Amino acid sequence: MEQKSNGLMGWIDARFPATKLWEDHLSKYYAPKNFNFWYFFGSLAMLVLVIQILSGVFLAMFYKPDTAMAFQSVEMGIMRDVEWGWLIRYFHSTGASAFFVVVYLHMFRGLIYGSYKKPRELIWIFGVLIFLALMAEGFMGYLLPWGQMSFWGAQVIINLVSAIPFVGEDLGIWVRGDFVIGDATLNRFFSLHIVAIPLILIGLIVAHIIALHEVGSNNPDGVEIKKNKDENGIPKDGIPFHPYYSVKDIVGVIVFLMFFSIVVFFMPEMFGYFLEHANFEPANPLKTPEHIAPVWYFTPYYSVLRAVPSIAGSAFPGVIAMGAAIVVLFFLPWLDRNPVKSIRYRAGWYKILVALFVVSFIILGILGTLAPTDGRTLLAQICTIYYFAFFLLMPFYTKMETNKPVPERTT
Amino acid sequence: MKKTILVLLLTTIAMISSGLVMAAGGGYPKSPANVDVDDMASLQRGAKVFTDYCLSCHSAKFVRFNRVADDLGMNEAEVMDNLNHLGVKFGSTMTATMTEEYSKEAFGAVPPDLSLVARSRGVDWLYTYLTGFYADSAKTTGQNNVIFKDVGMPNVFWKQEGVKKPVYEEHDGTKVLVGVEVVEKGTMEPEEFDTMIRDLVAFLSYIGEPNQSYRKSLGIYVLVFLFIFFGFAYAMKKDYWKDVH
Amino acid sequence: MSADAVNNSKRRFLVASTSVVGAIGAGFVAVPFVKSWNPSTKALAAGAPVLADISKLEEGQMITVEWRGKPVYILKRTDDNLNVLESDVDMLADVNSDASKQPEYCKNSARAYDKHKKISVMEGVCTHLGCAPKYLPDLNNPFSGSLGSDWKGGFFCPCHGSIYDLSGRVYKSMPAPTNLPIPPHMFKSETVILIGQDGSNA
Repeated sequence: MEQKSNGLMGWIDARFPATKLWEDHLSKYYAPKNFNFWYFFGSLAMLVLVIQILSGVFLAMFYKPDTAMAFQSVEMGIMRDVEWGWLIRYFHSTGASAFFVVVYLHMFRGLIYGSYKKPRELIWIFGVLIFLALMAEGFMGYLLPWGQMSFWGAQVIINLVSAIPFVGEDLGIWVRGDFVIGDATLNRFFSLHIVAIPLILIGLIVAHIIALHEVGSNNPDGVEIKKNKDENGIPKDGIPFHPYYSVKDIVGVIVFLMFFSIVVFFMPEMFGYFLEHANFEPANPLKTPEHIAPVWYFTPYYSVLRAVPSIAGSAFPGVIAMGAAIVVLFFLPWLDRNPVKSIRYRAGWYKILVALFVVSFIILGILGTLAPTDGRTLLAQICTIYYFAFFLLMPFYTKMETNKPVPERTT
Repeated sequence: MKKTILVLLLTTIAMISSGLVMAAGGGYPKSPANVDVDDMASLQRGAKVFTDYCLSCHSAKFVRFNRVADDLGMNEAEVMDNLNHLGVKFGSTMTATMTEEYSKEAFGAVPPDLSLVARSRGVDWLYTYLTGFYADSAKTTGQNNVIFKDVGMPNVFWKQEGVKKPVYEEHDGTKVLVGVEVVEKGTMEPEEFDTMIRDLVAFLSYIGEPNQSYRKSLGIYVLVFLFIFFGFAYAMKKDYWKDVH
Repeated sequence: MSADAVNNSKRRFLVASTSVVGAIGAGFVAVPFVKSWNPSTKALAAGAPVLADISKLEEGQMITVEWRGKPVYILKRTDDNLNVLESDVDMLADVNSDASKQPEYCKNSARAYDKHKKISVMEGVCTHLGCAPKYLPDLNNPFSGSLGSDWKGGFFCPCHGSIYDLSGRVYKSMPAPTNLPIPPHMFKSETVILIGQDGSNA
């Protein structure tokens, strides 16, 4: 073996590419120098992942996945008897919501700056898969405290499976492992929540980052910095991720932690949105809470589900619509036919379309937390139609855009 | 353009959400409980009321006597003599005097555990509920409640509170319950009774999350630390980014 | 990157100070996670001191109570027993209990309160590998092993044959290194012992 350098690092590098990895992904990974506010959320998502794994590992030491003990092990064991258990649980419950806040903003960044476009299609697809895995993780984790909302939320969602024609009924029983959500369901959700899905999630995140570092980061101008390199082969508009973005991201992390701490220490329930009030009552299969609402991060898709009228008494069309609302994201790189990446250089009316998309997504989210009325259902239907139209009509309207000139270099 | 989008976005959201929330109203209005979980005297009085009245039928099975003693600044003897009527161990939890079998027979159901009632219902609801009983001869308990219609629980404070009757107002041809008024005085003055209920609700809030005060005081330190950390990190970022043009 | 002269000492100071503050923060964050491994309130409640009633305990008899999941022996010794404790000292490994675990008020030959010399309270956990030694008051018992007739009764561990005297002191050349541990305990009255809480000899 030939050693490139001496000392301990040389010894290690001859056996494990430590220096190479460090350089490829940090000290010689050139990122565009014009990252703005929206570019904090990728690293923040990594931070939240670490928070969730750390707090989750500790919660699993005290939690008991048994319908007779689960509620008590959380509300008495962890929240009262275990020293500092309450803080670890609030880290985890707040972290769950923070994960979605950060990921939604991260996705929005990708949407407005065209980060899904060639050559970054796979980064986007891995990202949507991460989003899906995260939803599964959140859903299964929510059953574990075994409160009223844990039980009835899972009841509603698993019943969606039962809405699938012909096989649904049996499939629902198979998923539950019982005729009702019970011990078997709780145990399998626990296993998936703490082992299987986190493994999948980490694998997808690694793939997401490898793909990103292969093609390089996009930026708010949508300019490919690799097209303009200096004599040393370094992009003229690039700066090494470390130290420049590492020191910048530390600042972002601290600001994020301030918001995170405000929630954890002063409003862990977040007015019933992060920890729902009904979940402070143990699960009771005989008594439905007056109003069942999923946790806030699922509500936009829950609204889509409710907006679609059932056909012949079957909720299946709604289930299809909800699934399609997520599946459509996979096709975004091919739906958008405009070669210009950044929204900065796209048509003014496209900006309005995006703004309206955000508005309708938020309205869907709000509606999902409320009991349906005729007016609200109509509003949800309008927003659902807009949601789908925004994506499905893209191949047509994005061809009609008059773009502004895109600069050669970042601004 | 950015600003236009932002303004458009925010106004729309504000309009929609306010409209929806307004429409979502309804039900009997809750009165603010205004409890202070840092007022030890109030909590100690509330603990006495709770163990004397509530604990006969309800349990608080996540609450340990020794924890209450620690948090409320009471010693072991005070708790064991005044609060622990069943004489369980100091480190034990608050169980109901009545057995579950007995309450099933007497009430048809086991009265709910109260450890977390302040978190599931909210303190304002509890205060409104506990002060909202009124005479209703149609009920077996002789009582009904403004916010919990046809409740099965009898008003355990009827001696202190006296008899109240419901007050209705006509709204678009329907009778709407708007409040209660005292028709027969109880053993307590109304203000005295009100203080007792507030003490009780404060105690319920405390047992709902015993470390809530500590959590908030710790949060201040955490934020102060983060501000200091921010100062250093921001200066470091500024210094490095001088290189970037 | 830049032609500007970078003020290196300032930069080093900022990196160092930010790292220090960050490390302090990480230290604080570690506290709740480390402390969560302490016995929970539930475990503490289960490990709370236990009361033992010895009003019916006759001389020469022993009762066993459970404290923190361990057997605690309460033995009432006879006057003869107490005399043996003074005469067997040459055979003991740790006569003065210097290497053994007991409260200060029990560091004497009877390993008991001066006022309640006859009552011995000890954990029935062999200091070798944690088996529960058997109480063998019989002076001519078949387990005396290497000690033969010199052994005047005490405790015999069935696992590896360690032998202790009647105050839980281990004999020389036994697998067990030290005397049986004595838990903190106090006399609530003449007939009630509280195990798990220290008293004083005064």
